[in-house]
Amino acid sequence: MRLDRSGGDVAPSLSFTFDGETVRARKGETVAAALLANDIRLVGRSFKYHRPRGIWSAGPEEPNALITLGRGAAQTPNQRATVQEVYEGLEVSSQNRWPSLKTDLLSVNDLAAPFLGAGFYYKTFMWPRAFWERVYEPVIRRAAGLGALSGAPDQEPYEKAYAHCDLLVIGSGPSGLMAALVAARAGSDVIVAEQDHALGGRLLAEVEEIDGAPAADWVAAAVAELEAAPNVRVMSRTTVTGVYDQGTYGAIERTAMHVADPGAAPRQTFWRIVAKASILASGAIERGIAFANNDRPGVMAAGAVRAYANRWGVSPGKSVTVFANNDDAHRTARDLAAAGVTVAAVIDPRADAQAIGDYPLFSGAQVTGTTGRLGLTDITIRDASGKDQSVWTDCLAVSGGWNPSVHLTCHMNGRPVWNEDLAAFVPAPDAVPGLFPAGSADGAQSTADCLRTGAEAAIAALEALGQTTEAPALPKAENGFTGHTPFWLVPGKKRAWLDMANDVTVKDVKLAAQENFASVEHMKRYTTQGMAPDQGKNSNVAALAILADATGRTIPQTGTTTFRPPFAPVPLSAMGAGARGKGFAPERFTTSHTATEDLGAPFVEAGLWYRPSYYPRAGETTWRQSCDREVQMVRNAVGVADVSTLGKIDIQGPDAAALLDFVYTNMFSTLKVGKVRYGLMLREDGHVMDDGTTARLGETHYVMTTTTAAAGQVMQHLDFVLQALRPDWDVRIASATEQWAQFAVAGPKARALLDVVLDGPIDWAAWPFMSCGNIGVAGVPGRLFRISFSGEEGFEVAVPARYGEALYRLLLSQASVLGGGPYGMEALNVLRIEKGFITHSEIHGRVTAFDIGMERMISAKKDCIGKTMAARPGLLDPARERLVGLKPTGAVKELTAGAHLFNMGAEAVRLEDQGYITSVCYSPTLGSFLGLGFLKSGPDRIGETVQMVDHLRGVKTEVEVCNPVFFDPEGGRMRG
Amino acid sequence: MRITCPYCGERDIREFTYRGHALAIARPAPDAGEAAWDDYLHLRDNPAGATQDLWHHGPCGAWVIVDRDTVTHEVAGSKAVAEVKR
Ligand SMILES: [Zn+2]
Repeated sequence: MRLDRSGGDVAPSLSFTFDGETVRARKGETVAAALLANDIRLVGRSFKYHRPRGIWSAGPEEPNALITLGRGAAQTPNQRATVQEVYEGLEVSSQNRWPSLKTDLLSVNDLAAPFLGAGFYYKTFMWPRAFWERVYEPVIRRAAGLGALSGAPDQEPYEKAYAHCDLLVIGSGPSGLMAALVAARAGSDVIVAEQDHALGGRLLAEVEEIDGAPAADWVAAAVAELEAAPNVRVMSRTTVTGVYDQGTYGAIERTAMHVADPGAAPRQTFWRIVAKASILASGAIERGIAFANNDRPGVMAAGAVRAYANRWGVSPGKSVTVFANNDDAHRTARDLAAAGVTVAAVIDPRADAQAIGDYPLFSGAQVTGTTGRLGLTDITIRDASGKDQSVWTDCLAVSGGWNPSVHLTCHMNGRPVWNEDLAAFVPAPDAVPGLFPAGSADGAQSTADCLRTGAEAAIAALEALGQTTEAPALPKAENGFTGHTPFWLVPGKKRAWLDMANDVTVKDVKLAAQENFASVEHMKRYTTQGMAPDQGKNSNVAALAILADATGRTIPQTGTTTFRPPFAPVPLSAMGAGARGKGFAPERFTTSHTATEDLGAPFVEAGLWYRPSYYPRAGETTWRQSCDREVQMVRNAVGVADVSTLGKIDIQGPDAAALLDFVYTNMFSTLKVGKVRYGLMLREDGHVMDDGTTARLGETHYVMTTTTAAAGQVMQHLDFVLQALRPDWDVRIASATEQWAQFAVAGPKARALLDVVLDGPIDWAAWPFMSCGNIGVAGVPGRLFRISFSGEEGFEVAVPARYGEALYRLLLSQASVLGGGPYGMEALNVLRIEKGFITHSEIHGRVTAFDIGMERMISAKKDCIGKTMAARPGLLDPARERLVGLKPTGAVKELTAGAHLFNMGAEAVRLEDQGYITSVCYSPTLGSFLGLGFLKSGPDRIGETVQMVDHLRGVKTEVEVCNPVFFDPEGGRMRG
Repeated sequence: MRITCPYCGERDIREFTYRGHALAIARPAPDAGEAAWDDYLHLRDNPAGATQDLWHHGPCGAWVIVDRDTVTHEVAGSKAVAEVKR
């Protein structure tokens, strides 16, 4: 209910829906505050038993009030009602219930609870194995669950961003604000990250004075100073989620989750913040007490109850009770009574507990049970004399003390240290290089201590950065409410919850210990305590205390589980922002792309490049028809293909020839200017890295061509050779792949086509096979290479990339006059298989020069990369799988790439394997399928027949082993 | 993780490509013998602690030797391969 407070509070001005019902709210409220203001206590069903659950906390640690926002593609599940701010029109749905929150049919799970304890699934669904995947798991997943995604791609915008600073202050309670002020005044470059939309932390939730005025005034002044400082960046709604090497922090900013119409603003932003030092002022999280049926809606953290009253003017109940082992929680009773709410009882297990206000106090007493089906109605109090009595209450505020939020200090293998006085884990010293814990995150218990340690941490951090600053005058602040006595559990037979997010009870932890899952890591996995949404925020220490008791150890002996990033959920859509579609895989287009699209050619991806597959013409209904036509066109007239995707590396300098001799197996220093040579490149381990042609354009100027796939790898390799192995050479290299557009012109009418395009007249006698040089192309300075990858008389003509499209269109229009036209990758592949030319299908990383019949290309006259290791006897064994051509001779006239080869009569099993097929095509030139592949002792078996078996596609035939050069083996056509 | 490229300054790890231990820059002579070549190509220590490895900085093409600790992940320093070999 809303409290009637004097001044400040405005009337609810906006509305949102909860499960379709309209709820009125004030701006700046969380969904949880608004629901409590409207007396809505039941907000969800529990994970496993489908128990009715309400709001427990007032912050990101919330275990119960998980909600789904919106619907359709933008539906966002598992948000916390205690974090999400309301806005006009917000749609909120409860989770894990069917058909409705009030009548959830799966709450039968709760009746079956005796069978559903820890390890139930492990024990029950062991057998039969096939049942696990098909039956048990889907059923369990449906029954036990959180919110669901829509299944549709989320089209909302998300972002990722980077920031750098001297000092990152994590949290903005009293210690964080004080640290930020000290660093800001010292002139440091500061980022303050606060998960709430408002700075101030607990000071926003407490009735306290600082320097004689309300704490809120001090907060407002501090925030104003920070926001005005040019060296400070305040990031609200930003949760630091992880700590990584070199002072890198991950953070998630809820950039526009609180806005009705965010437009193009990112909903959430994933930040990587690099900080030279940081202050961990993340505060503390209140822990519960385990007692029978302590999970009903209306049972809440004591600090949260007074946060709702003090910060939002909302009382979670009409008649509030408090059950706590510490002085701090008595403030809840004091503050609610002061706000006019009935405080029915304060139950404190400490015999010497003192009241700090006008409320009934039961010292030395315990709460032994609760009632209320969909929400708390009564509690049972066992007083100091052992007498039970029932008290009507709709809100029980519970506190078992506070756990410092040490999570981030554990992200780099730091183990928190048990502090007996605080009965809590505190950060280990130097757990993270450059991170300085302060305030209640470091075990401080009062506002005065928080302010002091915040200032001290900032001074220490600045000193570590070599910046000096003076100690500030500390504001005068609250220094009481620190008394407490550890109290974890009210003994009893009924279920008492430890981890409400995962439905783990005291019994489950004891069962784990009894079944010898006594290590804390084993207990966690056996019971699921502290996993998934909880991440040990609420239940960790209480569960440890109970495990320690059950195993006869102390808490430090028992140890704690490992906190890992992220501290708060980070949506993948934020972490991967910008990496969808083209952001995931950028597209590289050749200069002929648009012209190719105009012709209706489907594209095939080659790395990031897009290359035309084939060019369909009217009447052609299959790709094979187009491909066959294009092959015949090149063999009989002329074809044009864009080959610009091949890597081009410009190599210049007096030692250019020496470099090429060293990286290629064969000689390039002997190549004459104006000539081109095919080169084979090895890795240092003697296997083939790449191949291609290199042209000598001048005495000290070469242009190397690499395959499309290996362009980057070869460039990196040349960088390595020049910097690491031969820095003494005077030679420079540069990638020129994108600077030149290059087109293959191939076929008997290639010269006729070039005669029209090149600045003529051309003396073709001066352009023998494997020659190259500069030449005018339609008035533009270009290059011509007489090389062939088709087996026909062929040229490659290159112009600066900006003329590429014009040249391509010109070549096509002139080719059509000669009965020629464009050809795509399919035809290019057929043409090269007919000629036995290899690609990376063959030189796939495991083959040697010997395997492809090129061992004689390794020059004996010089050293080269890979030469020594290529000479290993095992790499020169004639029985190795070596390159051959293959033709089907069996009943099935087809070959498939990837099929394996077996001797005739042998069983088609791995032990009998003789080799495999790497490339296949249908050759319209020869009227047959052709293949390239590797066969044991292959070249020695020409003419033999072997079996081809493709186990995947179920294809089987007999194949003849042949010379890999199927067409024009003498090469007369390309020499012209 | 960030690495300092001797030419470009401190840069994000995603601009670099890894290539194993820095001893790859000490190529044996062709006639150094099988053992030396086997060692050069195949045998690597797996230290818990300080190590030196090679990274290629894509944007500028520099090969960089990085002093790194495999336990603490500390990056102690870096230098250009070309300078080391000069
Ligand atoms: Zn660089």
